Amino acid sequence: MTRTNGPLALAFHAVFIAFILAPLVVVILVAFTPESYLSIPTTKWSLRWFEAIWASDFIPAFWISVYVACGAATIALVVSVPAAIATARFDFPGRQALGAYFLSPLMVPHVVLGVALLRFMAEVGLTANMAALIMGHVIIVLPFTLRLALAALTGMNRHCEWAAWSLGASQWAVFRRVTLPMIIPGLAGGWLLAFIQSFDELTMTVFVASPGTTTLPVRMFQYITDNIDPMVASISTALIVLALVLMAVMERVYGLERLLAGKGEA
Amino acid sequence: MAGKRVLLPYGLSLPAAAVLTVFMTAPLVMVLLLSFNSFTMATGIQPGFKLANYIEVLGDSYFHTIFGRTFLLALWVTGISILIGAPEAYVIHRMRPPWRSIFLLVILGPLLVSVIVRTLGWAVLLGRGGMVNTVLVKLGVLERPMEFMYSFTGMTVALVHVLVPFMVLSVWTSLRRLDPAVEAAGLSLGASQWTVLRRIVLPQAVPGILAGSLIVFTLAASAFATPAIVGGRRLKVAAMAAYDEFLNSQNWPLGAAIVVVLLVAMVAIVMIYNRLVERRFKQVFQ
Repeated sequence: MTRTNGPLALAFHAVFIAFILAPLVVVILVAFTPESYLSIPTTKWSLRWFEAIWASDFIPAFWISVYVACGAATIALVVSVPAAIATARFDFPGRQALGAYFLSPLMVPHVVLGVALLRFMAEVGLTANMAALIMGHVIIVLPFTLRLALAALTGMNRHCEWAAWSLGASQWAVFRRVTLPMIIPGLAGGWLLAFIQSFDELTMTVFVASPGTTTLPVRMFQYITDNIDPMVASISTALIVLALVLMAVMERVYGLERLLAGKGEA
Repeated sequence: MAGKRVLLPYGLSLPAAAVLTVFMTAPLVMVLLLSFNSFTMATGIQPGFKLANYIEVLGDSYFHTIFGRTFLLALWVTGISILIGAPEAYVIHRMRPPWRSIFLLVILGPLLVSVIVRTLGWAVLLGRGGMVNTVLVKLGVLERPMEFMYSFTGMTVALVHVLVPFMVLSVWTSLRRLDPAVEAAGLSLGASQWTVLRRIVLPQAVPGILAGSLIVFTLAASAFATPAIVGGRRLKVAAMAAYDEFLNSQNWPLGAAIVVVLLVAMVAIVMIYNRLVERRFKQVFQ
């Protein structure tokens, strides 16, 4: 086998990995500095900024984010399971078009979705409405829950369904007792991915956020445009740790590269 | 019974289709209509069907600069992502099993961290007293610290960092279909390493590069958070211009026109690109 990288390739690789990790590492380092300004490099370390988080308004923003993300991921999952069954198990006129429509939110930039949601909320009189914000997030995460539901449905062993049918189970019974238990792991992965997407979403939410619906990324954005200090770095560090935990779970259960194809916001 | 079965898939699709229609399609139509309305400070939004906003967006040099900058930024980010992302994908492709998945995880992992956190890191690194300056001055590349924050260079670097994982993933996926025996055959038949890379590996990577470029370009062209933080007010891109019209100037119709122009330009670029790629591909595979 000739599949080994030469020294030049490995040097390039090292630089590339350093480039990928540098901003995250630097955020973590800054979070542990004691001064109220950016003092890297330093030899003094402190946890004071982590303590300061608890008294800040980042905590309510965090809970709003959790609430929105739970709501959006759950609603998206509930509507995508029947939609996935329709496109995976039935052949009907318009199937392809519907499938494309379900994935179409991937094609629309988040700025455009944000503007659209803002206009919609103003037109129907739902300005600063939490439910409307959640529905906006549902649009963003729907393609992901749908894709994972589809993958679970097409990947499962259909003989189990056929066996249940031939033994006289009704269509509903087959779904509830055979199909659903078999696709649950895939659905859980979809929910988790949707949760992360929604939790991290900034661009759309920033257009419609009001004091009652300011999510954590929006609060951080507002804070950073004013000034950058170790406080916001310590929150970022907490988010990095959270992402590491979720990453470990998702990698173990599903394989990250399969989940992340095409996800994105900048 | 038969009638029920025919309708069942439509019934199952209905909830998702309804959610999309009410919360995405209808709002998008509202934005399109809004872009033809007019606005004055005194009267607010006036209904109507006028092209004034489009004439302003397409005719004013202020907006030319913004759209030109957005396009140039997306182009640079895509180009650099190809230059560093494609080789990295190949390096990863040639790694042995445990290392391959470890480094893939390191590269893809940041996608799970909010873009705001990743951009914050660059804001810290690129500042006047930041590490990039310290290192460049120590190495003698720069005489004194330079302001990378609020610069086009800084914006490009940060955005490459945010988006390059998509390029690596895309190229790596297409390289996975490459049979290592073909490479080995090329080498054993006397081809140089360089020839193998150019004649066997590169053609296999091209579909991945093309697909990755499209993802990176569209995300870069519509990027908001990273340019807003690293570029600041002075270096506005299209997404920020829309944000300012909606939330600062309150001129919603003009903001809507900016967004529509951005969307139409992106769709047009994607379609032309696909057309060109299809034509090119026929030649590659004949």
